[in-house]
Amino acid sequence: MILQRTLTRLLTMIATLFGVAVVVFVVIRVAPGDPISMMLPPGASQADIDRLRALYGLDKSLVEQFVIWLTGVVHGDFGTSISLRQNVLGLVLGRLPATLELSIFALLIALAVGLPLAVLGARERGTAVEAGIDVANGVALSIPDFLWGLVLILLFGVLMPVFEISGRVSPQLDLPFTTNFYLFESIVRLRFDLTANLLGHMFMPALALALPLAAIIAQLLKQSLKELLTLDYMVLARVKGFSETQVILREGLKNAALPTLTLVGVQFTFLIGGTVIVERLFSYEGLGNMAIDAVVNRDLPLIQGIVLVFALLFVVINLVVDMAYALLNPRLRHG
Amino acid sequence: MSAPCLEIEGLSATLANGVRVLRSVSLTVEPGEVRALVGESGAGKSMIGKAVLGVLPPSIRVVEGRIALEGTELGKLAPRASRALIGARTALIPQDPLTALNPSRRIGPQMTDRLVKILGWDGTKADQRIRKLLDDVRIREPDRVLRSYPHELSGGMRQRVLIAAAFAAEPRLIVADEPTTALDVTVQKQILRLIVELQREHGTAILFVTHDLGVVAKISQKVTVLYAGKVVEQADTAALFASPQHPYTRALMAATPRYTDPMASLRPVDEAVLAGLSAEIATADRNWKPNARGSGHD
Ligand SMILES: Nc1ncnc2c1ncn2[C@@H]1O[C@H](COP(=O)(O)OP(=O)(O)OP(=O)(O)O)[C@@H](O)[C@H]1O
Ligand SMILES: [Mg+2]
Repeated sequence: MILQRTLTRLLTMIATLFGVAVVVFVVIRVAPGDPISMMLPPGASQADIDRLRALYGLDKSLVEQFVIWLTGVVHGDFGTSISLRQNVLGLVLGRLPATLELSIFALLIALAVGLPLAVLGARERGTAVEAGIDVANGVALSIPDFLWGLVLILLFGVLMPVFEISGRVSPQLDLPFTTNFYLFESIVRLRFDLTANLLGHMFMPALALALPLAAIIAQLLKQSLKELLTLDYMVLARVKGFSETQVILREGLKNAALPTLTLVGVQFTFLIGGTVIVERLFSYEGLGNMAIDAVVNRDLPLIQGIVLVFALLFVVINLVVDMAYALLNPRLRHG
Repeated sequence: MSAPCLEIEGLSATLANGVRVLRSVSLTVEPGEVRALVGESGAGKSMIGKAVLGVLPPSIRVVEGRIALEGTELGKLAPRASRALIGARTALIPQDPLTALNPSRRIGPQMTDRLVKILGWDGTKADQRIRKLLDDVRIREPDRVLRSYPHELSGGMRQRVLIAAAFAAEPRLIVADEPTTALDVTVQKQILRLIVELQREHGTAILFVTHDLGVVAKISQKVTVLYAGKVVEQADTAALFASPQHPYTRALMAATPRYTDPMASLRPVDEAVLAGLSAEIATADRNWKPNARGSGHD
């Protein structure tokens, strides 16, 4: 039973990734723009062009190209970047940690802001406090992440320069890191000076990504808390003598989190999608920033590699959400 | 003479639109006594119970009257103090055991949390106490039950758990809101018997909400008959059944021919009696103005 579920799950994941691979492969080849002509100086001879095409396998048919690429991918070879002339897998894995740290930091901010607001709003239901929270949520939601990025740059980068607006870490610093998980490693190595510098760079892009998600969490969770508050076990908890905040935290939060969780998972994948533009905006050296370069340069193997990694991330996040759901719900846990 | 366990005096409540749902209700429950609160669906029985326990929905406004627990008037306390007092002195046996337990928490902590978190008992003492009460309500596998989630127990089991939890903190007053209506007919009798047994053993006063005269006869010493939020008659249970004074009470009894049988259901009450009562209430409502005393109650 469990084995069968896991197997179905795994097959769905592989099918999803395969679908993404096909779509990306076809779309970027059908789209206008030729990577080869962008590499060569204007006026290069047709013979030069043809030679380069053959070198990158672009002279073969679409199906042949796909089979060659997929065979490589299955063996862990994602090809060579046309613009950077480096192994795609190495490039992508080099940048992935930066994007993961940014996204997870943004998720933590969104939770840190959204959860208390949801609890406060549910506790103060029907009052001016709740109305204020609703308005703030509405504002946060109606401005997309990259515009928040611009607003934050203006506020805390230009008007009141408290945070860095560009890059991942100050370039003059000596970095002792052996992995690209800078933030994580700086904490593990107790180099809190570096942690502070990294956070100073990461804070604004993360906040820009986090604000819409925080609003979604606050709104959804508040709503499902409010629906729970009239239930009998909540009333019973009040009769027992628990304060309204205790009732919400002890009896409500876990049950309200269930319906919220799935949507937050979906929204988190949107947040990761948002890193593409936000990283560009803050010149943050992550996967998203690299993706834009890859598209501008028509770097087909690199685009494919990046998209596949993003797709893999989304699939894994969905899996984690489903597992968390089962963990929180005793009915599912015990069959 | 000591103060009554519960004293409600002139309690009126309205909906947001101003419609009255409780009409100057007065009743007392003496220490150790079971008072039945009987009436048809929608009469406002649960509303009274919720008012006593301080858990009225926000849409309901208490406009006048006072509620006192062992002489302490709740409306005069700060909300926090009033909740603490209610938590320490009272308990609720809810109507529907399926929805009265949190589906995502194990039974054990749900039973002990009041003892430990509100009353400050230590964990071992609370655990022993709960096990003693589980034994009293004839639960033979306390370990399994305490570790279970609510959905793993039957409705009857859950109601036993809730009854045990209600008596665990030695409350002075229990509000039992139709504690058997959601259960199977066969289970109803057992649960009722358990409540009576524990009530006698602990000497707890109970405000027992029901629409069933058969249950009233079995369980209570005193009875209050409610119609449309208005007390129509109160008496010793025996006296009420021997000689009901109000036409509505008589009509209610006539509608339950075998009122000694808790399984008999209510048949419609005599139309003429209802019409008379409704007219009387309508006249009273037209002349009614909430008095100033009510403003102190929250
Ligand atoms: N949250 C609420 N908002 C508005 N009106 C309500 C609310 N709860 C109850 N009422 C109304 O108040 C009146 C009294 O309701 P209450 O629940 O006390 O009745 P009851 O005597 O307990 O009936 P039952 O036997 O069906 O439980 C009813 O007319 C009901 O429609
Ligand atoms: Mg009721």
